[in-house]
Amino acid sequence: MRFGLARLTTRTVNATSRRLGRGRGTVAGGRAGLKVDPRLLQHLSRGRSVALVSGTNGKTTTTRLLTVALGVGGEPVVSNETGSNMPPGHVAALVAAARGTQAVLEVDEIYLPRVLAATHATTVLLLNLSRDQLDRTNEVRMVAGRWRAALAAAPHTVVVANADDPLVAWGAGAAAQVLWVAAGSRWQLDAVGCPSCEGRIAFDGEGAWWCTADCGLTRPVPLATLDYPDTGGASDTGAASDAGASPQDASTVTSRGAWADGRTYDINLRLPGRFNHANALMAAVAAEACGIDAGEALAAMADVEHVAGRFTIREFGDVRARLMLAKNPAGWSELLEMVAGDDGPVVVSINARIADGADPSWLWDVPFERLGPRTVVATGDRFRDLSVRLQYAGVAHVAEADPVTAVMLAATTGDGTAPGATDRTVDVIGNYTAFDDLLGARP
Amino acid sequence: MTGPLRIAVVYPDLLGTYGDGGNGLILARRAQWRGYEVELVQAPSDAALPEADVYCLGGGEDGPQVRAARTLTDDGMLVRRVAEGAVVLAVCAGYQVVGRAFPGADGGAHEGVGLLDITTVKGTGPRAVGELVAEVDGNGVEGAPSLPTVTGFENHGGRTTLGPDAVPLGQVSVGVGNGDGSGTEGAWAGRVVGTYLHGPVLARNPALADVLLAWALGVEEAELPDIDDGAATGLRQERLEAAGIKLDGGRQEGRRLGRRRKQ
Repeated sequence: MRFGLARLTTRTVNATSRRLGRGRGTVAGGRAGLKVDPRLLQHLSRGRSVALVSGTNGKTTTTRLLTVALGVGGEPVVSNETGSNMPPGHVAALVAAARGTQAVLEVDEIYLPRVLAATHATTVLLLNLSRDQLDRTNEVRMVAGRWRAALAAAPHTVVVANADDPLVAWGAGAAAQVLWVAAGSRWQLDAVGCPSCEGRIAFDGEGAWWCTADCGLTRPVPLATLDYPDTGGASDTGAASDAGASPQDASTVTSRGAWADGRTYDINLRLPGRFNHANALMAAVAAEACGIDAGEALAAMADVEHVAGRFTIREFGDVRARLMLAKNPAGWSELLEMVAGDDGPVVVSINARIADGADPSWLWDVPFERLGPRTVVATGDRFRDLSVRLQYAGVAHVAEADPVTAVMLAATTGDGTAPGATDRTVDVIGNYTAFDDLLGARP
Repeated sequence: MTGPLRIAVVYPDLLGTYGDGGNGLILARRAQWRGYEVELVQAPSDAALPEADVYCLGGGEDGPQVRAARTLTDDGMLVRRVAEGAVVLAVCAGYQVVGRAFPGADGGAHEGVGLLDITTVKGTGPRAVGELVAEVDGNGVEGAPSLPTVTGFENHGGRTTLGPDAVPLGQVSVGVGNGDGSGTEGAWAGRVVGTYLHGPVLARNPALADVLLAWALGVEEAELPDIDDGAATGLRQERLEAAGIKLDGGRQEGRRLGRRRKQ
């Protein structure tokens, strides 16, 4: 009774808020529905198979990849595609789907225990854990500990977890069924202290890691391993930086997923970057656990072009810009590595609004030195923090408060030639709301 | 001073949570830009702490903070070098670590390294999170750093009380700071400076960086050649305004609001 009313409330509020043109109409309805029935997510999850995707970086993209992969089976799949990754977003997604429809839900890492308990998920995919939005004081170690307790209490859930991230390995380690994936982890600064004891984690640089205090925590044996070609610091986005090449051919890299039983699959994606190949491999392992052929799953993922605007190409006047999102030092490290071989102009945009976290001192953990001699424009609400950081990184740059103007400026100063003479794509990297601002900007 | 200026970032694996490693980089670059030879060392906690002229300690989580204090005490180098005149900049968890005692994750007291006469306990209220602004007035103590308003971002749950051998770095005009009811922020004694300011603190307060450098190099601050701090000046202005400090139109940094200096 209460459930029916809650479901109706959610639908009505969502429809109304969409009609009024307020946002994308997903969170308001979910919130209202949960007020009427706090157990709405439990009720809506009943009778369907639910997969959850969580971690610090790559959640939205991996959710999309897994949704596409599960779609191979021919059955419809519902997902919270707008990135509303807390219970109101989950409720809004499920209420719109027919009873029994399988679901793939992106889940904020803090909310994972709660959502797991509510949905009785059949599969949980855990990508990575690193520092993010520190002023919210959720220390990553504490998050890993909560995951550990929640998964220990969910014996019927199959966990797909990144074996290369010690915090994830510990967080997933108490689960009854874990499929480990060697997905790589470039950022290790948050995992130097052993999460399980007072010891330290040693990395041998070739993938292995272990606790030096012998508490027993060590890299689990992976079921599948990502074999990503060493690009030697050169661009792995290939043609993207060449004048005239179609930016949609962004990724020319083929990696390989190698299963412990000897199977291998090529991974070709339109999404660029090592981290996206890692996301795809983890999604393939999760899809296989759901009864989908891993090769077919990967083939389906190859067609995903961009997710929630990430890596999308936008025109600002006659300037072409590739929009990229990085929210924290781990994400920035991966992206800066990815664009390291490019030499075109770069715009870096930094905000510190609520969704970004109010303290941008993490800028000093990001290796901006890698931008080296490229033309760099610093922008966003906090361009002054960035400008000081770049000064000490030895990166010559121009500071410009307005992001759209910054993109134009980067294009015109890029070749040192006359304004408008650029035919290159400007790489634009922003943190959360800075990226959103540019994605929604009407030049 | 003979040989290069050696700057050590202490235990970035334990005390590296809030970008405070930037402080070591800022000191190194400011010395290099002025022609000094510099060695910047990242000193991990599983190796002996190297001999250095400047030690920078940053913020960290509760567990690693306890480990850092114990390891520094066992190692002994930091205490020895401070006795020999080394400079220390200790921020947030690092500030608490160089004091006499600080709280662990369980709230219980842990012994600090004892370089500053300060004691930190777990606060009872909410964490202090936000912009922090303080006026540095030297408290009439000889040799006190002379600095313009200091600005940063604080994020801590501890409340710090100064003993008779430590002097407050400044008086809080916005934010919490030491939070023990004294209205003070940070502490210093000799060449050891402790503060709750992140940002990192030296990015927003280049004058403090130059005080530390002058101490380490054994020169007068006024002897250090000028550096183009235009970007930092703009940042300071922006953050002070964001903290509600009204700036006079023509002046770089204006009069402060809030608590008035006690004479």
